[in-house]
Amino acid sequence: MRTTGHEPVAPFDPAGDVASGFRDPATGEYRQETMIINMGPQHPSTHGVLRLVLELDGETVIRCKPVIGYLHTGIEKNTEYRTWVQGVTYVTRADYVAPFFNELAYCLAVERLMGVEAPERAQIIRVLLCELNRITSHLVALATGGLELGAVSVMLYGLRERELIMDIFETITGLRMNHAYFRPGGVLMDLPEGAGRKIRDVLDVLPRRIDEYETLLNDNPIWRERNVGVAVLPAARCLELGVTGPVLRSAGVAADLRKDMPYAGYETYDFDVVTRAEGDAYARYRVRIDEMRQSLRIAEQALQRLLDVHGPVMIDDPKVGWPPKLSVGPDGIGNDPAYLEHIMEDSMEALIHHFKMVTQGVDVPPGEVYATVEAPRGELGLFVVSDGGHRPYRVHMRDPSFVNLQAVPDVIEGYLIADIIPAIASLDPVMGGVDR
Amino acid sequence: MSVEEVAAAVAERYPDVVVARGEATVVIARDDLLEALAWLRDEPRLRMDALSSVTATHWPERDPAFWVDYELRSMPSPQRLRVKVGLAADDPSIPSVTGMFPTANWHERETYDFYGITFEGHPELTRIELPADWVGYPLRKDEPLGGVPTWYRDAKMPPIDQRGQA
Repeated sequence: MRTTGHEPVAPFDPAGDVASGFRDPATGEYRQETMIINMGPQHPSTHGVLRLVLELDGETVIRCKPVIGYLHTGIEKNTEYRTWVQGVTYVTRADYVAPFFNELAYCLAVERLMGVEAPERAQIIRVLLCELNRITSHLVALATGGLELGAVSVMLYGLRERELIMDIFETITGLRMNHAYFRPGGVLMDLPEGAGRKIRDVLDVLPRRIDEYETLLNDNPIWRERNVGVAVLPAARCLELGVTGPVLRSAGVAADLRKDMPYAGYETYDFDVVTRAEGDAYARYRVRIDEMRQSLRIAEQALQRLLDVHGPVMIDDPKVGWPPKLSVGPDGIGNDPAYLEHIMEDSMEALIHHFKMVTQGVDVPPGEVYATVEAPRGELGLFVVSDGGHRPYRVHMRDPSFVNLQAVPDVIEGYLIADIIPAIASLDPVMGGVDR
Repeated sequence: MSVEEVAAAVAERYPDVVVARGEATVVIARDDLLEALAWLRDEPRLRMDALSSVTATHWPERDPAFWVDYELRSMPSPQRLRVKVGLAADDPSIPSVTGMFPTANWHERETYDFYGITFEGHPELTRIELPADWVGYPLRKDEPLGGVPTWYRDAKMPPIDQRGQA
């Protein structure tokens, strides 16, 4: 039953619906010597709508319970009522800081179900955009994490550089986020004119900027004081909790799906998996900085390959590949005059096929797959089930933020209340991905 | 170790193994689940020691009506294995694996929240994404969507679950 907001007012209960874990099991009462407070769901440093119920002994957190669901939008259910291609526009909205990874994992899953593979040029474009997206995602982690610790200049610099890459995304896909640019079978359209030069400019400027962040922060006494030795999560505990991504790598485990189970041709790129040993918030910051450099390396190689590899960016199969080869006319509207002439004047069957493709989309053979990509926050897995129809039967997103957030009690219980802020920032959860 | 070799090793003990699209799936009876996961974890050839994901699917017209899916991963070798357990419509309950894989805690809560599948022995099986007082299990296929018609200028669109197959 949904609450109407008009129920009688109950006596104030600080932990509310999650109170059971905080009451004394013997008496059923709250302990008198500690204090229970709510942090969030609208606290500025909880990275969105995350609610933490904290039991405090003075300044020390003795118990913490994360409460999620405030951003649940039913993305998984929605995909079951849309066509396979429309599914891309839903999943991309889950982890909105890393939309290309959601699209890529979904497209890989659908392609595996259909038994097709995207053309080589499309694969390169996917890798290029994903690595640029990884940089923007790590920049957001750095910028918002910096802001929460009072490092306002880091926030300004991080978002400034992110804006450069967002401009590239806008040039290529038309949107800054929620692109729906990767489609089952390839990508929507080839890079527009001038995109290559734009990417080149950004790749030239970013290494110096990343050096700047390191100059600002690496030996900054305040930054070190707030981050070193805080929110330690050792490798064994990470594996128990299923934590992946930079948090796991900062604890010394070189687990990276791009190396372990390569997809989209990652085995042909030259890059290193960054690890550190300490497993604290500072190590996670350093891992993210170094991963941005590795992403630049991959993006350089991908950009170089795009100069040599030409050809289609969508699979050449009229039963799968849609829409046709759009070109943007002088009026700024995408169209394909040759294809329009074909369906409107030459062939009735082509028009029927076009109509079926637009309204129903493709049929995907029955089966189930679990496709994974290494997202900026760890293993993003899409479990996709088809019953043979033109809509997904089930789409489940194993989002790394959701799983990593389970580690919150581990990294803040026993620490001071002020340490919660770098701890959450270093786990870098995105609530859109957590709640979906 | 290829996926066929993984499947062959699993099949020695649990014969209901399928390899499709490069992924191995083993179907296990509900009562064998904990024992099977422990064996898959400890068997030196497999070492399926990490749990990536738990979720379910609902097939209201079939028996079993629910399939619970466990996506296992081996950290030492890059291999995956899907474990599936079928549950009858009138008894959707299954042992919790949180004792073996603490990461399953939130996954199982989510599956309970969306499908109403009870995980026996879970430390705190409460709703996670939906409000605590929500009635119903929204990802079940027979759960009404509760949509309302959409007006657009002079046309009225029925809710999406009543539009029929376009």
